[in-house]
Amino acid sequence: MRGFALIAAAALACSAAESVQAQTKEPIRIGVIAEESAIGGTGIVNGAHLAVDAINAAGGVDGRKLEIMQYDDHSSAADAVRAFQRAVSQDKVVAVIGTYISEVALALEPWAARTHVPFITSGAASNEISRHIHEDYDKNKYTFHEYMTSAFIADSICDSVKDLLQRKYSIKSAVVLSEDAAWTTPLDAEYLVCLPKIGVKVLDHIRFSPDTSDFTPLYNKIEGEKPDVIVTGISHTGVQPTVQWAQQQVPIPMIGMSSQATSGTFWKDTNGAAAGIVTFSVAADGANLTAKTQPFINDYIKRFGEAPNYTAYTTHDAVNVLVQAVKRAGSTDGEKLVAALEQTDYVGTIGRVQFYGRDSQFTHAMKYGPEYVTGIMLQWQNAKQVTLWPKASPEAKFSFPAFTQLQKP
Amino acid sequence: MLAVQILIDGFAISALYGLGAVGFTLMFGVSGVLNLAHGATMVVAAVAAWVVAGQLAASPWMAAVAGTAAGVITAFATYFLVVRPIQRSKSVPAAEKEIFVLTGTLLWGIMIQETVAYFYTDNPKSVQPLIAGVMQIGGVRTPINELLIAVICWAVIGLLWLLVHRSKAGKVLLAASINPRALTLLGFELSRVYLSVWAIYGVLAGIAGVLLATFLGASSAQASQLTASAFSIVVLGGLGSVAGSLLAAYVVGYLETLTAYLISPTYRSMPALVLLVIVLYVRPRGLLGRR
Repeated sequence: MRGFALIAAAALACSAAESVQAQTKEPIRIGVIAEESAIGGTGIVNGAHLAVDAINAAGGVDGRKLEIMQYDDHSSAADAVRAFQRAVSQDKVVAVIGTYISEVALALEPWAARTHVPFITSGAASNEISRHIHEDYDKNKYTFHEYMTSAFIADSICDSVKDLLQRKYSIKSAVVLSEDAAWTTPLDAEYLVCLPKIGVKVLDHIRFSPDTSDFTPLYNKIEGEKPDVIVTGISHTGVQPTVQWAQQQVPIPMIGMSSQATSGTFWKDTNGAAAGIVTFSVAADGANLTAKTQPFINDYIKRFGEAPNYTAYTTHDAVNVLVQAVKRAGSTDGEKLVAALEQTDYVGTIGRVQFYGRDSQFTHAMKYGPEYVTGIMLQWQNAKQVTLWPKASPEAKFSFPAFTQLQKP
Repeated sequence: MLAVQILIDGFAISALYGLGAVGFTLMFGVSGVLNLAHGATMVVAAVAAWVVAGQLAASPWMAAVAGTAAGVITAFATYFLVVRPIQRSKSVPAAEKEIFVLTGTLLWGIMIQETVAYFYTDNPKSVQPLIAGVMQIGGVRTPINELLIAVICWAVIGLLWLLVHRSKAGKVLLAASINPRALTLLGFELSRVYLSVWAIYGVLAGIAGVLLATFLGASSAQASQLTASAFSIVVLGGLGSVAGSLLAAYVVGYLETLTAYLISPTYRSMPALVLLVIVLYVRPRGLLGRR
């Protein structure tokens, strides 16, 4: 009798414990797929962790904590697809954020479609990502593009050249120098359209293989053509062309998009050869695009010891955009999340994030414009990134190394 | 002047290739080891130089010394952790030892490459040139560093020649590459010979790695390409022949430079590979090989 009572008591205790267990909520899992041994990828990972830790510290989402399931795709589309499959089927993530490589993002887009799991790319740029969504909305609506499309990056660069550089210097000719990758095809196409519109003649258009290590022949060729500037589109490369440009004292400034130059480590990586390099980025120290920009930079530096590169900002915002969508939808179901993500109106670290709708050719890409996100133009000076456009502090001005010459107008 | 530009650029890169290849071929000639962790060793030296220059705010010369030391340490690690255990293993048949060592060094090279990428990313690292600035040569603006690299490479190769042909230790090395058994009969310890060859190899690969970092920059992703490059140069020149390696390094260096300037940098490494295939068909022992 006593034995039976003991067992009954134990059973009661167990069931009581079980019901307590059911009340502590399951975490919300977010998959983060990134190229962990590349600068662009570490920004994604760090930005995600910073955002998730802050949200969890503030109580999580309706009492549920966020949990990051992290995967290294080794810059390979095949590895990324495998990671995506695992994230969805085994690790049960509600959404995937990641990659800065367009080839990888384009490989994941159909998997988001097949698994009905939202995928937000926070670093890739190719126009094709949003074009696929526009052309086959019902299938591809699960993908969102939380970074500027290549076409808008080129427009932003042309706008900044017109607003700023052409006021101070005579810029009438250029050579476009890009790595041969998926994201630069639309970038270069837009350069070739927007540069002539601002009175810059494109003398040559050079696309080089991303595993080029000796740029001397290219600089030699460009110097022979005597352009006023070199307009770049580089991301997989950055250190080598910059270091060699400085060592060889190529007398032509480099402006445009150099995504490695957006990282705070670029000065050290190039041992100062970055001096004078002008690049587009999403934000930088002192840019103060929104009230959140500088605090994010300060937190990032405190935690990781270096200034964030562009993917850190966009990934941080992407996590917050996703969390807001979860709250708006009241659910983590894929279809409901997509509908909620489309209603995003979030002021993040780089501007006001809204996505284009079905009627735009850039469906689910970030809206570009002064009220939304424009990006900035910055120049490396004395180990610092100095923001020069669209808003610059009064003391900020251009400073090129002695060996480059820009003529006054 | 394009011709002068090609001449100078080709000379510098060939000298760099030559230094790496000489170490590689010496290793094979004396101890029979084809060290496929060669590229990884160079990368470690390059990254170590970058780390020391950055973290300790050291001068480029200090960084160069540190990088070379890292090359030597990696060479010894390769010998003691990978090569020697396989060579002494009782479970590997003698006839297959070379293949096992080859595979072992290949895997070890990949391990090193991934470790470097893990800690420092696969982004190329560069070190400030030992002497900065440019000078005019024949109307061509050339970084002084490029000329310095050629001078250093040849100086080191010259020192190596002196060591091998004029010093007793060097002659022992030479003898070991010709007939190791006879050497042991004369009372010399082969193990000490091997240690010295790995040390020399480490210095050569270390210097080559550091110079590469000052010239073009080096990344962990390039490790296998650097090994393949050294391997094809050494086979082209003749396995075990130092003079052959130097000659082949210049052939390959100039072929690459000409291709990069006249056709496109993308196809830079192709002609050398085509040449390698042709030479293996027509003269398998290489240009100056003796086996």
